[in-house]
Amino acid sequence: MDPENQDRIVGLVDQYGADDLVVVLGAADLESLEVAAETVTMGDPAYVGPLAGVQLGLPVVHILEEDIKGQVDAGVYDEQVGLLEMTLDVEQVREAARTFPGREG
Amino acid sequence: MKLDGKKVIALGERDGVPGPAIAECVRSAGAEVVFVETECFV
Repeated sequence: MDPENQDRIVGLVDQYGADDLVVVLGAADLESLEVAAETVTMGDPAYVGPLAGVQLGLPVVHILEEDIKGQVDAGVYDEQVGLLEMTLDVEQVREAARTFPGREG
Repeated sequence: MKLDGKKVIALGERDGVPGPAIAECVRSAGAEVVFVETECFV
């Protein structure tokens, strides 16, 4: 993850505290997903950004997960994600999301 | 994970779902969006 974005996230945690924050990812590439999820939970795996060695432990979800989709207004979801949902490998993303750090089971 | 009342960091991706699309979605679920970004992994 871009060190600049890591810096912004550190600032947000300082400002709001980790309890109310949730990271919602949109990446479809599995490696990108893994890196992003790990960065905001366990720390920057590349050890280059401000989150190197910093375990924020933020909850991470993906916008394509059923549980998240179910909370979004159906019309908005269809408009924003509908087309992408047809072209991206949704099952693969959902499978990857089940193994995000911090998930139980 | 319940989004209602949460503060969301929307980290989209150019080749997946972009940040602004995530932001629109989670707002409709009752979350406040505090950061929107669309990353580009190449």
